[in-house]
Amino acid sequence: MPEPEKNVTVQDIEAIARKYPAEKRFALAIMQDVQREFSYLPQPVFEVIHRHIGTPVAHLYALATFYKALSLKPKGQNVIKLCDGTACHMRGASNLSKGIRAALDIEPGESSADGLFSLELVNCVGSCALAPVMVINETYYGKVTMESLPAIIAEHRRASCEDTAASCETEVVA
Amino acid sequence: MSAPTHPSPQGSKRSGEQAAVEQRTLLVCCGSGCLATNAAAVADALAEQLALSGFDALVKTGIKRTGCNGFCENGPIVKVMPDDISYYKVKPKDADAIVASLQGEPVQRLLYRADDGKRVLRHLENPFYAPQQRIALRHIGTIDPESLEDYRARDGYQALEKALSLSADALISEVEASGLRGRGGAGFPTGRKWRTAVGFETACSYVVCNGDEGDPGAFMDRSLLEGDPHGILEGLAIAAVAIGAERGFLYIRDEYRLAQQNITKAIAQTEAAGLLGDDIMGSGRKLHLEVVRGGGAFVCGESTALMASIEGRLGEPRAKYVRSVQRGLWDQSTVLNNVETLANIPWIILHGGAAFAATGTEGSSGAKVFSLVGKIKRSGLVEVPMGSTLRHLIFDIGGGIKGSRPFKAVQTGGPSGGCIPENLLDLSVDFDTLTANGAMMGSGGMIVMDDHDCMVEVARYYTNFLAEESCGKCTPCREGLRHMLRILTDITEGRGQAGDLELLEQMGTTMRENSLCALGKSAPNPVLSTLRFFRDEYQAHIHDKTCPAGVCPALTAFSIDAAVCTSCGACVKACPAGIISGSKGAPYRIAASGCIACGSCREVCRFDAVRAERKLHT
Repeated sequence: MPEPEKNVTVQDIEAIARKYPAEKRFALAIMQDVQREFSYLPQPVFEVIHRHIGTPVAHLYALATFYKALSLKPKGQNVIKLCDGTACHMRGASNLSKGIRAALDIEPGESSADGLFSLELVNCVGSCALAPVMVINETYYGKVTMESLPAIIAEHRRASCEDTAASCETEVVA
Repeated sequence: MSAPTHPSPQGSKRSGEQAAVEQRTLLVCCGSGCLATNAAAVADALAEQLALSGFDALVKTGIKRTGCNGFCENGPIVKVMPDDISYYKVKPKDADAIVASLQGEPVQRLLYRADDGKRVLRHLENPFYAPQQRIALRHIGTIDPESLEDYRARDGYQALEKALSLSADALISEVEASGLRGRGGAGFPTGRKWRTAVGFETACSYVVCNGDEGDPGAFMDRSLLEGDPHGILEGLAIAAVAIGAERGFLYIRDEYRLAQQNITKAIAQTEAAGLLGDDIMGSGRKLHLEVVRGGGAFVCGESTALMASIEGRLGEPRAKYVRSVQRGLWDQSTVLNNVETLANIPWIILHGGAAFAATGTEGSSGAKVFSLVGKIKRSGLVEVPMGSTLRHLIFDIGGGIKGSRPFKAVQTGGPSGGCIPENLLDLSVDFDTLTANGAMMGSGGMIVMDDHDCMVEVARYYTNFLAEESCGKCTPCREGLRHMLRILTDITEGRGQAGDLELLEQMGTTMRENSLCALGKSAPNPVLSTLRFFRDEYQAHIHDKTCPAGVCPALTAFSIDAAVCTSCGACVKACPAGIISGSKGAPYRIAASGCIACGSCREVCRFDAVRAERKLHT
């Protein structure tokens, strides 16, 4: 699993929460910002938001498990959103899902062992004319085929490794 | 250098002095679809080539990034204005040819090739655009969504100015006269909704724009929010003026980042320009708008669930004994309209309700945006008058089925809609006709299916979607979907039993009558409509253990017809299991074991050599 919590402090979350007025309606927005920043909701988030806007922790937990945009488990460095909306489904999204499983050994909802990738099956990204569509981080790939799939994944693997080259190497040495 | 010889709609009279100052604009479509095919790089390359060419002296040029042109499948799209020349599938390396063409002939190879093989120059000669009548989409693809000036140059905010000069009653009457019905799915008359809201005196009132477009296969709201944000804000502002609201919210799906950005920017621009904010256009009235990001729940497209979500509660619907026009957000009178509905409002106020009602049918006035997707030649967003036939949409505009395969069905109305078979293709597309035939208008998604699509699998797919998205508050929807899904999965996997279909129908009826909200009430539609029109396909799965379309893996085996195979090798590359073998000159073979029956080989075979057969169970 990707390393969790290590880098997240209560202060980080408080800084995000304080950007919003202390009103109940901002609970979701705060959690979305935390999710975007850390790729998941670390445990302290509920306490922090509760202190800030007063919503009970149980209620915040209900929100966190209700909305798909929020996740209690850390996601991979690269989030693959494979669209399984109708248009993409008809044009072979389920085969792509099998292709991703073959390449990364992950099922929808899981993260790869090296923490580089996680796969999400999403319902429609609104680019149906380009079906099947896959979104990695914020980049859209249209008309993805089993042939083009490995190159796209390799591209992101390479980019991630370059970004974290130093840490990657130390890990290897250790 | 010679004067430009480029053809322009104004004719070649504009020569001599005028030509020297002729202004050209290159419109680069930067909708989500085109951005996915690298439109941003195309825009950059064009800008670079223009700078290098030094054309400004003779031909004043500019680049404008616009919203979605709708023809996403052929993106990125570049238009040369005012010549009105459209280029498709433009790559960054085509930039020099396009820039050079500004002083010469159009680039033939980038023009659209129509059905007869001829290249078409202007977008209105393109069979995809020619039959369209654009009201909601009127600005998209022409204006720069990030520029308030551009919107104002095209009568932007004039409708709001007019609305401020009218009495609330006159304003609402105009919308009532237009006959506009909600574009989000339910088709409730917009004018009547506004009128009802005015009748309830609460401490304050709110307007809400529903931009939580969740129907898979529909992307008109996204396109509108991204490509014409000021158009939506103006529509929402007019609604606020009509009901006297001083605050409004735009609830936009979490996935639609660009839409959120463009709307947020547009709100800031209007407040800075004094069009909205503390003093709307000097009228002394206030309107503060806010963007709320959706949390990623389909049910939040339901109005009461959406309002709960804005308030910071769980996005669950409530029973509508009391309508939200009476008690909506924070128990105050609230008018909620869909994005596309609001996009029509400024046009109606400027041109009059009667002009709007002159288009479309008696019960469904105006035009409607549809997203044509699936197994169709020309897919994308189109806007046509209500009452057009499905055949016109799919065959004239959409160009028919991809690969010229037989048409099987069109699924309309999103997950809660229904499938319409070929013999009903001449149905008029309007709210009432579709509902009478077991489908619905929904938000306007049209997913076209061919003979390689299994209707049982389609029903299973939608039921699975809805089962995941059901909020779980009421029993008929939560349990009904779960059990329907179980039965449908059994049928597609060869475990169907006699009596299953009757049970599905019985459950569907119960859900329709007893669910709390519209999601649950319409959830059985995919199953009930496919059962109504494609019952034999269900029966083949249950009794003969065969999938006639060759889709359901548990019931299907593939083989290659040696007599037809040209050994091109396309299937080898497509096979995810890597079990197809052969060599040039000899027909290819699918190995006896290891096939996952995904059908990839059949999809890529251009010679129709891959056969789907009933899987024999040993």
